[in-house]
Amino acid sequence: MPSFVRGHLYAVLAHVGFLVFWQLAVSIGKVPTYILPGPIDTFLALGEPSYNWLRHTWITALEIFGGYGIAVVVGVALAVLFVWIPALNAALMPLLITLNMVPKVAMAPLFIIWFSYGVFPNMLIAFTICFFPIVLTTYRGLVEVEPELLDLVKSLKGNRWQIFTKIQLPGSLPFLFSGMKVAAVLAVAGAVVGEFIASDSGLGYFLLVQQNALNTSAMMMALLLITGLGVLLYGTVAALEYVFVTRKGISP
Amino acid sequence: MTSPAAKQPFIRLEGVSKTYRFGGKEFLAVSDVTMDIEEGQLVALVGPSGCGKSTLLKVLAGLHNHDSGTVQIGNEVSPFTPGRDIGMVFQQALLLKWRTILDNILLPAEILGLPMAASRERARDLIEMVGIANFADAYPSQLSGGMQQRASIARSLVHDPKLILMDEPFGALDALTRERMNLELMRIWKESGKTILFVTHGIQEAVFLGSKVAVLTAGPARMAAHFDVNLPEPRTLSVKTSEQFGQYTKQIYALLGMD
Repeated sequence: MPSFVRGHLYAVLAHVGFLVFWQLAVSIGKVPTYILPGPIDTFLALGEPSYNWLRHTWITALEIFGGYGIAVVVGVALAVLFVWIPALNAALMPLLITLNMVPKVAMAPLFIIWFSYGVFPNMLIAFTICFFPIVLTTYRGLVEVEPELLDLVKSLKGNRWQIFTKIQLPGSLPFLFSGMKVAAVLAVAGAVVGEFIASDSGLGYFLLVQQNALNTSAMMMALLLITGLGVLLYGTVAALEYVFVTRKGISP
Repeated sequence: MTSPAAKQPFIRLEGVSKTYRFGGKEFLAVSDVTMDIEEGQLVALVGPSGCGKSTLLKVLAGLHNHDSGTVQIGNEVSPFTPGRDIGMVFQQALLLKWRTILDNILLPAEILGLPMAASRERARDLIEMVGIANFADAYPSQLSGGMQQRASIARSLVHDPKLILMDEPFGALDALTRERMNLELMRIWKESGKTILFVTHGIQEAVFLGSKVAVLTAGPARMAAHFDVNLPEPRTLSVKTSEQFGQYTKQIYALLGMD
């Protein structure tokens, strides 16, 4: 068996094993469904049409992917600006680091005041929480160039644009992807927190509504769907990383 | 009667000095370097760390300005264009990890804006010449250190420059690979006919490779001497055991105050 098939097989087995352990623990321990439903009860909740799964999942996905997408665009753009304008970096990077200390989750109530509630403010929360790691890692990747490589290009009278496009930008990719992976996890948390604080749709909102009804199975299913969205995002980033970085033998 | 221009060497260094300033302090990195280099020579600059050999290389590469003295490169027979006519090899191969070996070798051609089809052809020939033809489409991480350095030598030749500057190119390789690379460089130099300045702190390496050796000393950094090396051609590893070879290395040890 090729090693990567074996590696993936183990990963699948671990996931299935987790579900089996969960079901057995609940069944054997006779845990009441309203405390912790097993995976079977959880998945059965999908069959209830009044839960509007598709709509809630769509809304949350929009918030996560939207906020994340904006974060990647703005984060990379800022990092590039910082590299090209050192004065901007000197002024704004320390400010960004200070602002990064602000608990973004705690800003959510303010966002509601500023932007009302709905998909857009939640997208913004996801954006603010996940764009810092992208700026920081991309910037580091862009400036981390071996000085002798610069000497090589300069000895050929290469200009700054050539250094940027041929060396800095492609060289920053492994850094960008590690930042994007961290950000993927944060974006999911950001969107759901936004929905907790104020919204009328989305899986986070649905979670709170079902809590009032002590409908634990539906809550667990919502949690699984949120996790699934996170895995989808993370998997997409990991796949892109594989295509652009790993396959070419560039160690992250 | 020959014209004075015809007598002009390819490279003439006269009283070249360079001082670095860090936080109010001055460090004399190179002082009073005077030497002529003929086209097609392989000149080894040998000396301990801090003797300014790398600084001298950077001055020649146009990366640093010198403070005093004159640096003349090129003559009427063989004019020199800064940038276009410089090839560099460093201790690290410095290959771009995301490019194939062929595309790495093409980097100088891209930067100089040379016609790509012709450059690609040339790069393929060079890959063959440095002995890594099978790795044209491989990525650098798939190559050993010695093979990466071969690629970086091919890269330094792709734009057909007149002067190749090598800064301890084999310093990071293991001893056996280094010996092999010395022989390979010897062959590549002869095949390409380039003028090469080769910085090393290996005394044996300097004598073995150099058609001329310049000895630099540290503290203060200055050029102690330079002389032509007359060893039987072709230079094979057996040359290293000859009496003449021993004489040259002894002479360098003496110049460095290590006898």
